[in-house]
Amino acid sequence: MTTIQKQAQSPIAHLTESDIEQIGIELDAIRQDILDSRGGADAAYIRKLIDTQRKLELGSRAVLLFSIFPPAWLLGTAGLSVAKILDNMEIGHNILHGQWDWMRDPKIHSSTWEWDMASPSEQWKHSHNELHHTYTNVIGKDNDLGYGIMRVDEEQRWAPFHLGQPIWCFINAVFFEYGIAAYDLDLGAVIKKKQTDDPEFRRRAKSVLTKIRKQVTKDYVAHPVLSIPTGSFLPTLAANFTANIVRNLWSNSIILCGHFPEGVETFEKRSIEGESRGDWYVRQMLGSANISGSKALHLMSGNLSHQIEHHLFPDLPSNRYAEIAPKVQALFEKYELTYLARPLVPQVYSAWHKVVRLSLPNGWLATTNKKNVPSQLKMLYAMSTKGPKVRRAAQARLTQQARRVEVQAAA
Amino acid sequence: MALMTGSGAPLRSRLARLAETVTTPLVPADIFDIFAPLRAGADLRGRIEEVRAETPDAATIVIRPGADWAGHVPGQYLRIGIDVDGVREWRAYSLTHGPRADGRISITVKAVPDGKVSNHLVHEAVPGTLVHLEQAAGDFVLKSDHDRLLFVTAGSGITPVIGMLRNLFPSTDTGVLRLDRSKDLDIVVVHVAPSEPDSIFIRDLESLAAAGAITLIARYDDVHGVLDVDRLDDLVPDLAERRTLACGPAGLLDALAAHHERAGLELVTEQFRTERIEPGDGGTVAFADGTLLELDGATSILDAAEEAGVLMPSGCRMGICMGCVLPMRAGAVRDLRNGQITAVVPGDGAIKVQTCINAAAGACHLDH
Repeated sequence: MTTIQKQAQSPIAHLTESDIEQIGIELDAIRQDILDSRGGADAAYIRKLIDTQRKLELGSRAVLLFSIFPPAWLLGTAGLSVAKILDNMEIGHNILHGQWDWMRDPKIHSSTWEWDMASPSEQWKHSHNELHHTYTNVIGKDNDLGYGIMRVDEEQRWAPFHLGQPIWCFINAVFFEYGIAAYDLDLGAVIKKKQTDDPEFRRRAKSVLTKIRKQVTKDYVAHPVLSIPTGSFLPTLAANFTANIVRNLWSNSIILCGHFPEGVETFEKRSIEGESRGDWYVRQMLGSANISGSKALHLMSGNLSHQIEHHLFPDLPSNRYAEIAPKVQALFEKYELTYLARPLVPQVYSAWHKVVRLSLPNGWLATTNKKNVPSQLKMLYAMSTKGPKVRRAAQARLTQQARRVEVQAAA
Repeated sequence: MALMTGSGAPLRSRLARLAETVTTPLVPADIFDIFAPLRAGADLRGRIEEVRAETPDAATIVIRPGADWAGHVPGQYLRIGIDVDGVREWRAYSLTHGPRADGRISITVKAVPDGKVSNHLVHEAVPGTLVHLEQAAGDFVLKSDHDRLLFVTAGSGITPVIGMLRNLFPSTDTGVLRLDRSKDLDIVVVHVAPSEPDSIFIRDLESLAAAGAITLIARYDDVHGVLDVDRLDDLVPDLAERRTLACGPAGLLDALAAHHERAGLELVTEQFRTERIEPGDGGTVAFADGTLLELDGATSILDAAEEAGVLMPSGCRMGICMGCVLPMRAGAVRDLRNGQITAVVPGDGAIKVQTCINAAAGACHLDH
């Protein structure tokens, strides 16, 4: 994918300035409809969900006190995994967005909520709500694009270390909550700029470490110790570890699906200068992708399966996204824009395909076929081990070949 | 939950800390709340056990308060928080009865036109609903030696007094209710206004007087001339035997204070918060440190405050991230995106507002 400003045929070239203004007006109207009808039923939804999640977690942890027995282990681990996913996705993520602030319930409020996750909510709110949701898919501004460790766009120059990115990406998925915490701390940049002595950074790092210590103590010490009477110390520890990994892999997959699949657009930094409300909406429309599926999928994804609707209206209650999705989709069609929605498996595949494709030099995957594998590998080896000059020359050749393949495919 | 630290911490708090290692990021109270929201040690709540219609538009709400309810004396009021259309609303109501043997408490509420909470309580509240409470409060305590009262009110100073009188004598479609708690009261109201048409709530006062609940002495500047406090004795001959409660402009209160001090009489000013919020275009924003800003209706509070050098929490500056949310104790703001007004209603606690997309629409006080 290339930032839309550099594409030969921009997907928004056909939109006039007044079209974009009109899109903004129509989306504002959709938003207002929900604000006007928001009320008791919505409040009952989130209260019931929080109540259910807490009982599920409590019940699962109670079952795990007997996790020496395999059926109890399986049941407890499954229940705890679901409870942790609900806590992070439909409950935590959405409350921290302020989707439920309108209830004026101090216990269910973006300024007071804390979640079962390594990153303290305060820091996550900054990097997620403020940076990611404001600068969605703007290269160099939105660090969610690759979490600062991956190559996410053809325009980022390829370097040999990018070959490892499918592995980083996988490790990041497995330990996602710690990845997020490090990312919310902007750890990479702080280390690079040697700012680790900065008092503000130290304060934030300390709060992350405190949170991690509490989380680790709970899952890997306190609950296993409570299980000792039945001889279930290790099984409970393993169950909690498993539930954390399941939650990590799941939330990572959902989040990859939101902005990473093929077809999601990215934007240039200077393109957002003087952006109007309509421009901002259009960027959110093109920069997000949905997952189609069942009600259960929507719930477990925290309704991030309605990523497009979420990015347009991050502060509307998540239980209402399904209701406005058809209206939003109709708007896409009216203005001939692509509403990117696929089922979970193809969407995850698409995201990972992009991770792999961009771990390789531009055009390498497209120009590789069964017959030329040896020569392609040889070139890749040369590009990885020799100097930048070789790399540039090989890249030029690859780009040319890739264009030819594209033309042939089109013909 | 605030936990004590150090080796001297009481056993109870050490146990709480131990329990928290199991429940983090929740606190043990969050877990107990699922099963026993009215237990000792919980935030003060109550459960509505009965909604008894008094008239078509008034009802007595009987509430079982949480274990930590500290009791009350007749005449006190309590703040009650109830979710109406999903939104937590706080109001103050006087308690209907003195302490009851069954430990329950009750409020009698009259549904007022456009009254969001009063209509909800009278017409929609159902037994079983959990409500949020604060301990009973109020200096306006009706002891037996204070059965004889004098209210002196001027202009909109009548508002809190009307609130009290309505609680004492709920006025319904079928007449004024005479409840047990107010049957022995002897109340005189001296109400001062520039003229009769300018006198708000005068109909309420007149109907209370007609029902024999109060003795009304209305004084209009254009008819009777400006009230001379020193001649109050002429209007209320038994002034010395009454407890005086006053509400009005500072000039009147100062004069009354001087007069009562000379006469050796007690004077009480009621502390009910009563300003009605009429959202305006623009307004003032006061901060906790005393900074006061004059704002127009088109600039966000955040922008204006920063412009004026106030250090403000901020985030996306477009209404998304909630990084700028501050508690507003009083006043009203207007959402610049859709014109929606958020106002702190009397009796409400602070409401958290986003400063980046709200403009002042009245005299606002921010806890910041």
